Amino acid sequence: MENKRKYVIPGDVVTTGPFRPEQNVVLDGNKIISTTVGISEIYDDSVRVISLTGKYIPKINDLVIGKVLSHTSLSWELDINSCYVGFLPAQDVFGRDFSAHADELTSKLTAGDLVAARIANFDRTRDPLVTISDRDLGKIDSGALIEISPSKVPRLIGKRGTMIQTIEMATDAAITIGQNGWVVVSCESPEGLLKAKKAIQMVNEKAHVANLTDQVKEMLESKGES
Amino acid sequence: MGGQDATMVLLDENGIRCDGRKIDEPRRIMIKAGGLKNADGSAYIEFGDNKILVGVFGPRDVHPKHMSDTDTGILRVRYHMEPFSVSDRKNPAPSRREIEISKVIKEALEPAVMLEKFPRTAVDVFIEVLQADGGTRCAALSAASVALADAGIPMRDMVAACASGKVADTIVLDVNNEEDQAGQADMPIGYMPSLEKITLLQLDGVLSPEEYKKCVEVGVNGCKIVYELQKKALNDKYFGTKSD
Repeated sequence: MENKRKYVIPGDVVTTGPFRPEQNVVLDGNKIISTTVGISEIYDDSVRVISLTGKYIPKINDLVIGKVLSHTSLSWELDINSCYVGFLPAQDVFGRDFSAHADELTSKLTAGDLVAARIANFDRTRDPLVTISDRDLGKIDSGALIEISPSKVPRLIGKRGTMIQTIEMATDAAITIGQNGWVVVSCESPEGLLKAKKAIQMVNEKAHVANLTDQVKEMLESKGES
Repeated sequence: MGGQDATMVLLDENGIRCDGRKIDEPRRIMIKAGGLKNADGSAYIEFGDNKILVGVFGPRDVHPKHMSDTDTGILRVRYHMEPFSVSDRKNPAPSRREIEISKVIKEALEPAVMLEKFPRTAVDVFIEVLQADGGTRCAALSAASVALADAGIPMRDMVAACASGKVADTIVLDVNNEEDQAGQADMPIGYMPSLEKITLLQLDGVLSPEEYKKCVEVGVNGCKIVYELQKKALNDKYFGTKSD
């Protein structure tokens, strides 16, 4: 079956028949109903709606950028731009032999620090548990934080990462995209940083435009000449 | 409700009402999605001479904490009329009527909003009536539904609302302020158009069983008209400027 895309709003019937409801859809009898404003996609056996609006809802294994809010004697609390706070246990940073009286949590992370983290566990009964013990995760020492709408993160990454590669290649910047809509850009040259920032903002504003990758490329190149 | 104004003709012999509408014709309706930058979602509605602005926040932390529910999210609605919304100054403190309408709108939205997806959070809906002219609860409910969709809160369906009533012994759609004051009955209806379910039904006045059925039917048809405009408002905001 072809991948039919359609603009839908809550209550719209996306399709009927034996499909597996995936994101932002509910099954009502044999009707599959959209629950959000977005673009519906029908695959061979499943249906989903890509939301165009809304807050970030944590999902296990998502990479997010978090800002340290505060800490207790055993853990940090991270603002992950969601309705829940991220919970980062101290063992995750200090290792197994962490002891609450010997180790000072503020020696590693203090309020206001940015971290790249992964959602390790999340269910409806508890706040999301995040971890920074993995490659490419941990405290972010330098870079500029840009906030975009979480629903536009897939657009910024692009098909198989084409959009983000385009921006990184043209500006020589290293870009970390959190699924929660926070993006950190670090770059050696200030011009590259500004350009990358501008390109990301452009994607955020024009997410619905077709052929955006080409437009972004054009913008990045034209800026380079002037 | 009295009928003090004996000189006003609510319905003339040609079936034209006091403001020139036919019996099954709603007032002019305009809905706009978005518009408030700091709210997560917002909507503005003009329903005849009603002007209502709605802002939605959430899902977000519940304060005070003891109100939160570990099983589900909670919906909080505040319906408020500005002091300048009516001809005499209205005291800005919440009145008995405003508290009731807040509750009624909250209960009309609850079947549509999928709060169980966000346990321990709250969704706040703030409704500000800038100008009132009869039927504000229906207009407010329609706008709140658009604002919730704009905020990206998952919903089973939109909620459209419209009133019907009995004026000069005839069932009419969308009663205005004069008809509400001098008419015989007023019935606000909230309706989920795709699920075909009623979420709000109130009745002020006396109707016979036949009239009641007719009144619900007329009201639901009005809701469907409102629904088309809600759809248009969301389409205009999210898909209107697309280039492909």
